[in-house]
Amino acid sequence: MADTWWRHAVGILAVVFAVFPIVFVISASLNPLGTLTASNQLFGRISGENYVALFTTDIYPYPRWFVNTLVVAVVTAIVQVFLACLAAYAFSRFRFRGRRLGMLGLLLVQIFPQILAAIAIFLLVFELGSLFPAIGLGTTTGLILVYLGLALGVNTFLIKGFFDSIPRELDEAMKVDGAGHARIFFSMILPLSVPVLAVVALLSFINALNEFLVASIILSAPDSQTLAVGLYQLVSSQLNANWGFFAAGAFLGAIPPILIFQYLQKYIVSGLTTGAVK
Amino acid sequence: MSGPNALTSVVAPATPPRTRGSEFWVTLAARIGIMSLLNALGVFALVVAVGAGQWGFAAFGLVMLVAADWIYLSRRTVPLKYLFPGVLFLLVFQVYVVLYTVAISFTNYGDGHSIDQETARRQVVAVSEQRVPDSPSYAVTVLSRGEPADEEIAFLVTGPDGDVSLGTPQGLQSVDADDVTRDDEELAVAVDGWRSLRLVDLANRQREVVDLRVPLDVSDPDAGSLRTRDGRTAFVNVPLLSYDEATDTLVDARDGTEYTADQDVGFYASSDGQVLTPGWRVFSGLDNYRRVFTDTRLAGPLLQVTVWTFAFAAISVVSTFAVGVMLAATLDHPRMRGKRVYRSLLLLPYAAPSFMSMLLWAGFLNPSFGFVNQVLLGGADIQWLTDPWLARFSVLLVNLWLGFPYMLLVCTGALQSIPVELREAARVDGAGPLRVFRSITLPLLLVSVAPLLIASFAFNFNNFTLIYFITGGGPNIPEAAVSVGSTDLLIHVVYSLGFESGSGQQWGFACALSVLIFGVVATVSALGFRRTTTLENLS
Repeated sequence: MADTWWRHAVGILAVVFAVFPIVFVISASLNPLGTLTASNQLFGRISGENYVALFTTDIYPYPRWFVNTLVVAVVTAIVQVFLACLAAYAFSRFRFRGRRLGMLGLLLVQIFPQILAAIAIFLLVFELGSLFPAIGLGTTTGLILVYLGLALGVNTFLIKGFFDSIPRELDEAMKVDGAGHARIFFSMILPLSVPVLAVVALLSFINALNEFLVASIILSAPDSQTLAVGLYQLVSSQLNANWGFFAAGAFLGAIPPILIFQYLQKYIVSGLTTGAVK
Repeated sequence: MSGPNALTSVVAPATPPRTRGSEFWVTLAARIGIMSLLNALGVFALVVAVGAGQWGFAAFGLVMLVAADWIYLSRRTVPLKYLFPGVLFLLVFQVYVVLYTVAISFTNYGDGHSIDQETARRQVVAVSEQRVPDSPSYAVTVLSRGEPADEEIAFLVTGPDGDVSLGTPQGLQSVDADDVTRDDEELAVAVDGWRSLRLVDLANRQREVVDLRVPLDVSDPDAGSLRTRDGRTAFVNVPLLSYDEATDTLVDARDGTEYTADQDVGFYASSDGQVLTPGWRVFSGLDNYRRVFTDTRLAGPLLQVTVWTFAFAAISVVSTFAVGVMLAATLDHPRMRGKRVYRSLLLLPYAAPSFMSMLLWAGFLNPSFGFVNQVLLGGADIQWLTDPWLARFSVLLVNLWLGFPYMLLVCTGALQSIPVELREAARVDGAGPLRVFRSITLPLLLVSVAPLLIASFAFNFNNFTLIYFITGGGPNIPEAAVSVGSTDLLIHVVYSLGFESGSGQQWGFACALSVLIFGVVATVSALGFRRTTTLENLS
């Protein structure tokens, strides 16, 4: 203990820095006065009014934002990872003309960040929407499609690296038993890769959840918005007055990712150190 | 395969004859189902695109549909079967949008120039419409039909001579007298198959009603059209501007002013410089790029933004890494208790959605109400978000809070993979703890986390949300020609030029800026690739 006290001191200091804002949010969300000024008094008053307001107010469709966000983030995460797995399987298990070139191209395309093309994305979705309203501006489907454009950039190479580490002999054994390439992929490669896929899916879930720029230009109607877009507008219009409402909404919204995070924590550490990209 | 087996294999085939069990048929049915669905969707999309005259979309859709059918029906395209779905999305939403950005950067696309010339001309002409003096009035009832989503509206017109007809943008058509309901004054008020709009509906849909134009004679645009202002009475309106196709000129009927199409600026302009709005999109060559470099009120601030963007990304990486590695090293001690508790608490900022944390910090730092000024500093009045240097400090501080747990995670893992013997050996040679850290631990750590640091740099280079939520890019640099601020990142400048109405949407110019940033990012990434072994690892 004697020589570790300073380590504890540093640790506690860091924990205060890290945790205080979260404690503050909980306190503010429980404060019925609901203003930023009043929230400075930690746990001064406690009531569930702000939480009730989230689900009863007509001014902001908070429940819709919540559902939209979960739908967008979950669908994006699952489909992105699936598309990346398909590509990773092709690069890992088949030798074909243009394979190396394809991988190189994929790597080089990632140099251009999608959000820098925000204006072109906006115009493209606008034009697509004039033909097919179901995927146009104001639809979460349109937003998800845009996110899917990033699928192959989301750690395809990390997944491929993992697939490479699964012995080829297992493929051969299944082939002898008469399995085709699809069977090998779905019933052997995918199940064996669950840990790494969980990490990649979690990261793409978090990215979709936090994404603001593209979401804000595509989702204009309040009912179609995600939490990031909706809560930003809520706070930017009336920072002081809407604070309690925001704090309650933020705390509720943070619960799903934090739970998933805790659940997958053991995979995350290994995934991050093998090169998954935030 | 030795002796006996080889013999039997002569008699019976080595592989058992394929029995087509239920699984085969299920898979086959699934394949047929998926292929039919895919083709149905594809053909539907093609029909819609062709119907709307969108030939680009149609051609792309056709190529993709044929490719999909070939890939999934042929037996020789196995790798493509796996690559196609992801590549399709990549082509549309990553490759195409980048190329589209480049294309837009060579145009004047933006507010007042967002449509093609023909549409612009039609709008200019429609705006110039006026009631023909002393023309007769027509009594109208506004009708609607269809679902709310794609409801169409029309006029039920009772002419000066009492004739009733139905007026739509396609022209006037007569209606069966038996279907019409008339009021006391013999004016038609309803017709079968349509709903008559009530006064309250009219108020809600004023714009639509005012914009509805019913041409009197579809083949002759000069005959004018019926329009209404109040939803009850319509007049014949004719455009003041008439179009001369041979010279591509619009002529004002009142004073004979000629407005000639100017393809350099995308306006109909008179000889004395008057222009008719809206204009249209034209190719403007390198104008947008020239503007970035030659407009002195632009080049200076943009250079400042560029420098800050690099500084912000670099300082963010260094500060989060420094804190992360320091904490990792501090907590990573064999006799240290409660490591797991520390770690899971320190992870919370990373697990909580970052956009919420950013908004929370914006509240914390708010000068008049925020916790930092009001409680921590006992009512101080420090302009955390509006003083240029303090604002820069604030966004870096918030980014440190958001980013250090990630670095802590990464470094903890990497530290544990460094062999203890190396450190022991250094200690035996007489190195103190700091020397061991600096000469042994840190270099080895950097080797394994370097790619992550580069990725983190690239992420922060475009960390739009943080800046937008905390400072909105501000405080503003007053002398700049476009609204940019002291904490603006390049990506944020593009966004405000493109989507924030204050300066008018300047898509062409914003895209030119995007292309320049692409250039910067590509150069940095290329250097990064050369320094790391990413490319060699492509096996």
